[in-house]
Amino acid sequence: MDIINHDILIVGGGGAGLRAAIAISQMSPSLKTAVISKVYPMRSHTVAAEGGSAAVLNDDDTHDLHAYDTIKGSDYLADQDAVEVFVRDATNEVRQIERWGCPWNREEDGTIAARWFGGMSRKRTLHAADKTGFHLLHALFQTSLKFDTLKRYDEWHVCALLVDNGKVGGVLALNTRTGVFSILSAKAVILCTGGVGRMYAFTSNAGIKTADGAALTYRAGGPIKDMEFIQFHPSGLMRTGILITEASRGEGGYLFNKDGKRFLENYAPSKMELAPRDIVSRSIIEEILAGRGFKGTYGSYIHLDLRHLGEAKIMEKLPMVRELCLDFAGMDPVYDPIPIRPTMHYTMGGIHCDKDGKTPMPGLFSAGEAACVSIHGANRLGSNSLTELLVFGARAGRTAVEYVSTAKPVSADKLQSLAKDRMDFIQKRYMKAGNGKEKIGAILSELRKTMDEKVGIYRTEEPLKEAIQIIQKLKERFNKITLTQQSRVFNTELTAAMELDNMLEIAHVIAMCAQVRKESRGGHARKDYPTRNDEQFLHHSLTYQGKDGPRRETFPVTITKWQPEERKY
Amino acid sequence: MAEEIKITVTRYNPDKEAELKTQTFTIPYHNDWSILDGLNYIKAELDGTLTYRWSCRMAVCGSCGMMVNGTPRLTCSTYLNEFYPGEITIEPLANFPIIRDLVVDLTDFMDKLKEVKPWIIRKNKSDENDTSKEYIQTTAQMDKYYQQTLCINCTLCYAACPVYGLHPDFIGPAVIALGYRYNNDSRDQGKDERRKFLASEDGVWKCTVVGDCTEVCPKHVDPSAVIQRTKVDNATNWFFSFLKGKK
Repeated sequence: MDIINHDILIVGGGGAGLRAAIAISQMSPSLKTAVISKVYPMRSHTVAAEGGSAAVLNDDDTHDLHAYDTIKGSDYLADQDAVEVFVRDATNEVRQIERWGCPWNREEDGTIAARWFGGMSRKRTLHAADKTGFHLLHALFQTSLKFDTLKRYDEWHVCALLVDNGKVGGVLALNTRTGVFSILSAKAVILCTGGVGRMYAFTSNAGIKTADGAALTYRAGGPIKDMEFIQFHPSGLMRTGILITEASRGEGGYLFNKDGKRFLENYAPSKMELAPRDIVSRSIIEEILAGRGFKGTYGSYIHLDLRHLGEAKIMEKLPMVRELCLDFAGMDPVYDPIPIRPTMHYTMGGIHCDKDGKTPMPGLFSAGEAACVSIHGANRLGSNSLTELLVFGARAGRTAVEYVSTAKPVSADKLQSLAKDRMDFIQKRYMKAGNGKEKIGAILSELRKTMDEKVGIYRTEEPLKEAIQIIQKLKERFNKITLTQQSRVFNTELTAAMELDNMLEIAHVIAMCAQVRKESRGGHARKDYPTRNDEQFLHHSLTYQGKDGPRRETFPVTITKWQPEERKY
Repeated sequence: MAEEIKITVTRYNPDKEAELKTQTFTIPYHNDWSILDGLNYIKAELDGTLTYRWSCRMAVCGSCGMMVNGTPRLTCSTYLNEFYPGEITIEPLANFPIIRDLVVDLTDFMDKLKEVKPWIIRKNKSDENDTSKEYIQTTAQMDKYYQQTLCINCTLCYAACPVYGLHPDFIGPAVIALGYRYNNDSRDQGKDERRKFLASEDGVWKCTVVGDCTEVCPKHVDPSAVIQRTKVDNATNWFFSFLKGKK
């Protein structure tokens, strides 16, 4: 098999991957660095982030306040040393992306403007209208083009990490354009592959968010962390789950039930609509369960009302919300309230790594939604994730540069034999001309239904156990899939099969960790264990692939100066 | 009986045959389904080999552009109900080489994108990474280029452009608009570096002002107007440099 040699390989061309790539290209232009992505980088899901990016810029704000808000938001599961690094680096990173062309909205004097966001005690969410992720991604991508030394593999699909005695030496990858598999060797691999969203049916996530990084790590023997913590965003557009940004509440929008009441006063009276996402999402579900939702073709919903903001403000601050409502819900928020319900949005858990992006496996690094540092703990505050991409993308890039200065590559012979094993596995598992009757689409829709119904906003013991059983059955059914085609060029049926396999593997971990964690913390809400239990569960879940399924260990949470207290808003 | 709609798609698999074919699928009709929903239905239920690109399904990633009844559109935000009860024909974006079925080759576009130097250029290079403070930029200054930042690189404008169809060397609408975006950003000082490319033989002067690019742009970037403004700007620049005796 062909081997293409590199020093550092970044998997994923979204915000974190590109920020890492730029950091490396600036620090060490002589290194052979490449970004490998299953889509063109500007298609990555960072593009869909809307509301903003949090950082301390104003005089009335401090890094400690941002850290405290983040830690309280995390329900005390965040690692506080990492959060302190995060808020400090954030200030520089948002200015850096400004210098690279990001069109941040401005104050009258031409300095960067900020808006309110959920769980933030100061106005610190910088924004480029409500297309912040779009602008940030394009600024990063376009800036990355100036580095001639940075190579890209666009529309290549990573199938496996190549690991020799625990040390990562590269990846086995499929060039979808040609259908040819190659070895891309590297002394360091940085996984920036995003989250797991597509295993849920009602999600804001793009089609490409298929748990790839977590699954690659897990199969290669590495641990993944805190996978039970899934964020449901309060405002998903009915039918599609498309995101309507939290900025619509940050700019003054209200949530109403069918009785015309701003019901948040019963759940988070001091913050109202700007309480953190886990709390607002649960409040909406409570209202719907109590019969105070509106009824529609696609189920019950509540109203997000922006009408009082007026057309001018909506066009200035929330133009994308209006565009999305017109294009995907056939209504205009200037004149009508928006029908919404909570939508699966973000994966707090991910590849276990530290504040420098380092995983326990030599040569493996991670950043962005794929990673779990953890700064978000059990619940991420809105607008901390775009900042996270910048801060930890850059940090992981720099750490990798340092690592490769002394690391030895895995030998070509060894890589060939590792790749051959993986190739045999892929041939057998996905490309066999089998006689199974199972279809990718059918297994995927059952997985998504199961996750929505049994591993959703509220969880209880029995449904979680059922979910685990169903997922195990789906895994068995997966063994009987047959692709309808064996052709090479752009075989999206083959890549869809690999993605589904990734999601099944990680869904199992999510359901299992959710079942073991018998407490309610942040985004993990157990109906049967409704309170937080610090004595038994103030720890991270670390999960490894075991012989008969996931094997769970625990890992301590780092607390520096903010002792856990009751989380109330 | 439930309502149905017919979708005819282009099929092409270079592994198997050299020629394009078409295939017609009949799918259930829902008045709130996008064309992309229809294609996803075909792939999941009827034919797993149908090949096309998509990702965000909210009109911002730029992946799912195709010819819909002859016009370049984003299929995620174009609805079956616009055509029902008529039939729908989906073809790969015009003017690009076809890789397979509805997937086209964007290599040429990606190369041109880089060539226009779409990044902030400063005379003093250390400005580019100075994070001690932001550049000051007023909203009025931002308004001079903001509309052109909204391009999602969906390449619908290339599929619509008759000049690009005839002369594939033409830089094309989106890339010229991107050059304009940086040239008119008060933080940028790289206009001179971009001029050679934008005002080259294959640059703005090739445009014959058909205006189809602006017509089909889903984000109102208005490349056509921008190309004309860039022409004026370059002509003026040429005139002044002539006066100063540079040419």
